[in-house]
Amino acid sequence: MPISHLSHWGLLVTGDPLIYGADVSILLVSVGIVFVLTYFKKWKWLWREWLTTVDHKRIGIMYLIAAVLMLFRAGTDALLMRTQLALPNEHFLGPSHYDQIFTTHGTVMIFFMAMPFIFALMNIAVPLQIGARDVAFPYLNAVSFWLFFFGAMLLNISFVIGGSPAAGWTSYAPLAGLHFSPGPGENFYLLALQITGIGSIATGINFLATIFKMRAPGMTLMKMPLFTWSIVATNILIIFAFPALAVALALLLIDRIAGAHFFTIHAGGLPMMYINMFWIWGHPEVYIVLLPAFGVFSEVVATFSRKTIFGYKAMVSSMLVISVVSYFVWAHHFFTMGGGVSVNSFFAVASMLIGIPTGVKVFNWMFTMYRGRIRMKMPMLWTIAFIPCFVLGGASGMMLAVAPVDYQFHNSYFLVAHFHEMLIGGVVFGMFAALYYWWPKVFGFILDEKWGRWAFWFWNIGFYVCFEPQYALGLMGMQRRMYTYPAGMGWTALNFISTIGAFLMGIGFIFMAGGIVYSIFKGERDLTGDPWDGRTLEWSLPSPAPHYNFAVIPTITDRDQWWTLKEQGKQDTLRVRAEDIAPIHMPKNSAKPFLVGLAFFVAGFGFVFNWYILAAVGLFCVVILLLARSFEYHSDYHIPVDEVIHTETALGRL
Amino acid sequence: MAAIVEHAHAGVPGHDPRPLEYTVKDDSLKIFGFWIFLATDMILFATLFATFVVLRTHVATGPSGRQLFDVQGFIEETFILLTSSFTGGMSTFFMRRGSVRGTVGWLLVTAVLGASFVTLEITEFLHYVSIGATMQTSAFLSAFFTLVGTHGAHVSLGIVWMLAIVLQVLRFGITPATARRVFIVNLYWHFLDVVWVFIFTVVYLTGVMT
Amino acid sequence: MLNTPESSRGIAPHHAERFPWKGIIGYVLSIILTGFSMWIGLTHAAQFGAAIFIILGLAVLQIFVQMFLFMHVTESDEGPPWQVLGLLAGLLFVATIVGMSMWIMTFNGQAS
Repeated sequence: MPISHLSHWGLLVTGDPLIYGADVSILLVSVGIVFVLTYFKKWKWLWREWLTTVDHKRIGIMYLIAAVLMLFRAGTDALLMRTQLALPNEHFLGPSHYDQIFTTHGTVMIFFMAMPFIFALMNIAVPLQIGARDVAFPYLNAVSFWLFFFGAMLLNISFVIGGSPAAGWTSYAPLAGLHFSPGPGENFYLLALQITGIGSIATGINFLATIFKMRAPGMTLMKMPLFTWSIVATNILIIFAFPALAVALALLLIDRIAGAHFFTIHAGGLPMMYINMFWIWGHPEVYIVLLPAFGVFSEVVATFSRKTIFGYKAMVSSMLVISVVSYFVWAHHFFTMGGGVSVNSFFAVASMLIGIPTGVKVFNWMFTMYRGRIRMKMPMLWTIAFIPCFVLGGASGMMLAVAPVDYQFHNSYFLVAHFHEMLIGGVVFGMFAALYYWWPKVFGFILDEKWGRWAFWFWNIGFYVCFEPQYALGLMGMQRRMYTYPAGMGWTALNFISTIGAFLMGIGFIFMAGGIVYSIFKGERDLTGDPWDGRTLEWSLPSPAPHYNFAVIPTITDRDQWWTLKEQGKQDTLRVRAEDIAPIHMPKNSAKPFLVGLAFFVAGFGFVFNWYILAAVGLFCVVILLLARSFEYHSDYHIPVDEVIHTETALGRL
Repeated sequence: MAAIVEHAHAGVPGHDPRPLEYTVKDDSLKIFGFWIFLATDMILFATLFATFVVLRTHVATGPSGRQLFDVQGFIEETFILLTSSFTGGMSTFFMRRGSVRGTVGWLLVTAVLGASFVTLEITEFLHYVSIGATMQTSAFLSAFFTLVGTHGAHVSLGIVWMLAIVLQVLRFGITPATARRVFIVNLYWHFLDVVWVFIFTVVYLTGVMT
Repeated sequence: MLNTPESSRGIAPHHAERFPWKGIIGYVLSIILTGFSMWIGLTHAAQFGAAIFIILGLAVLQIFVQMFLFMHVTESDEGPPWQVLGLLAGLLFVATIVGMSMWIMTFNGQAS
């Protein structure tokens, strides 16, 4: 096997000071965490309240923490790259190190920042919005989280054990094949993504079942909040796109560890087939992370304009059209592969068509604001910042969709600027709007406005300073993934400006984190449960919601149920009456989801290093845990009426 | 009020007009969830089929399907699996009539048929390997072994799962929870039968026709 | 809620079948359909292109045999059987993945 000549120590001792630094800091942080937990006697608390929880709200919080940490981790990668590119002929990072960093930056941002962020929002908001006590399969929900968590762990330890993947976040064959990428780095990528991807598929199934089968009585599909609709659209894409990624990753792994010839250059292998399969998943993935942001904007715009959303039906249908049409555009990621005129024409036209439903949505948000009583709170600021950014990115996307012109732009910094404009200006801004919007519902206090505004302006100004020059750099011929460039190309000034912008965004992140810390201690407490004068059901509950969510499931008569009741002065119809309370059926906590994740991690680690005995042990444990779950018949319990009455009284709702 | 009761209690068999496996909300939710899972598994197989179809002529220096496939072998495999789909259906039929013996008996017949299918398939694979047609020989064979092998792995997992459910039915009888398990494992089994029909058509039959 | 007429609208009142007609008809149909496609495939009874078309059509028919006669695809506890919509969307995407991959990967007829 290709890496067996390395001693086990050789995996750790690489001679690179940055990696030693990472080794030491990981060690210190781990020791620190163990010390704090032991000193404050919090191990039992951690295990009982968090590691074994099946409560969607807690799982949402864990996703959220993971997403913010990974934003920091991959953001640091971005700053390292921008530092290297600030001036020509720098030697801050070597070429192979630079390759590893851009690979992990992209991989972590998509799989371990954007995905957990949208999963966090789904978990936090959807059951509360539709009047459900939990998701359809709470146990499976916990399994999904731990698969994500251990997948993320597997990718993140690659940096210090064995080397990071370095073939780009798309990991194209044949570069990612064994011949050109020997060593475990690429295996880490393939297995980490495979494990987390299984969790994503399970989440997709879970939330579709939740939304289609567990809505409160009276909430017809066309009375659902738009965020919940966006989650329907996203999960439709997840269940139909992620299996294609699973296959692409599995086949590349089989090539690498079993010597098969799917994507090799000889014995009939076809590397382009990997690219084809990767993007069958990859383009829908863009909309998987973008559609929830659309849902967030729809909620925020209506709430902070104090108006019902303009064109609800158009919003719903445009999201569903996007989720179907975005499945028919994937070849625009490889127009230059030589698919032929008819192939390129079809995919160019389909790509442009996506602009229509997206445009409908942008107009509807603006018409909602028109003549609204707008309050410029943090969620609304991020929403308003999103619109120009997204329109600019959309326009450059239209340029890229023109197949013959794409031959000029392909894989240049023009493309880099375009997709960052969509993924930061679209997705990340949306996630930030959601962060400020639902934070009080989750934690019971409001994030500070002043810190938030500093973060907002640093992020926004930094964003344009960083990425607008990259459009020009792309047109001037600078290719993506170059680790350095010679002086005298005319690129220096623009690159330097771009780096300044990146650091401005970094400062924005510090203000954001600082605002969270400040607000934990000094933030305004949310005592009403309805800090924004909200419209949908989650704002009728106390913040944070009790673990059974609704003591009595409400009956829905209106799209903006809570707002309508407030308008009519009938909030009391949602007040709990003691005689209506019945025992509440809830799932029990379980250690198995955590153990399933751990078993997958062990199996993945074994495959990474071709230690098949370890891999077999891990997979065997997975099967045993699945069987153990099949034989489990008492995984639920009832909360007695007294306890519910006690909790509701303590919350002042009885 | 009603919504709480709905989540909390099983329907009383005999009063509820629905089959047993639909009478408890948690069980009927799992049936719906499993249908969505089958849709995702469908995409997984579609991607493997796409790979196979694209690579089927990439035989390099190795044998083609026409040179390799044994007509009698894959016809036997096909009829065994079609029959097992029918016997699986019979176990659902007896489960719905509340018969533990019928349910368990037909499940066991199905598992035995499944095991003989897997045995035939392993024998077939071993034969190919013995004549030097391995996964490492050509892109066509990589795709063939992966597509057919993934189906075989699904069937093998299904057999283990089915046996686990047999034990549960013997221990707890036909309840909403065991009825749901019997129903779902049979959904899985029928689905694998459909996948095999396409493997039979696209891989074997088309292979020997070309 | 369970015993209200509304909650059972997704499915007809359930009276267990006395004799497994559906299963037997399904089995016979699946044998006939398979036998027919074998005859087409193994005897050269049709041109290659037409034969492929016919045996794929027969395989698609088998999907419906399994779905309706064995899998009870239209059942649901309450409300519409959403899984039918999901499976139809799945079939659309299956056709897309296989068909479009073949189309894209033949490189305008310059390779196969």
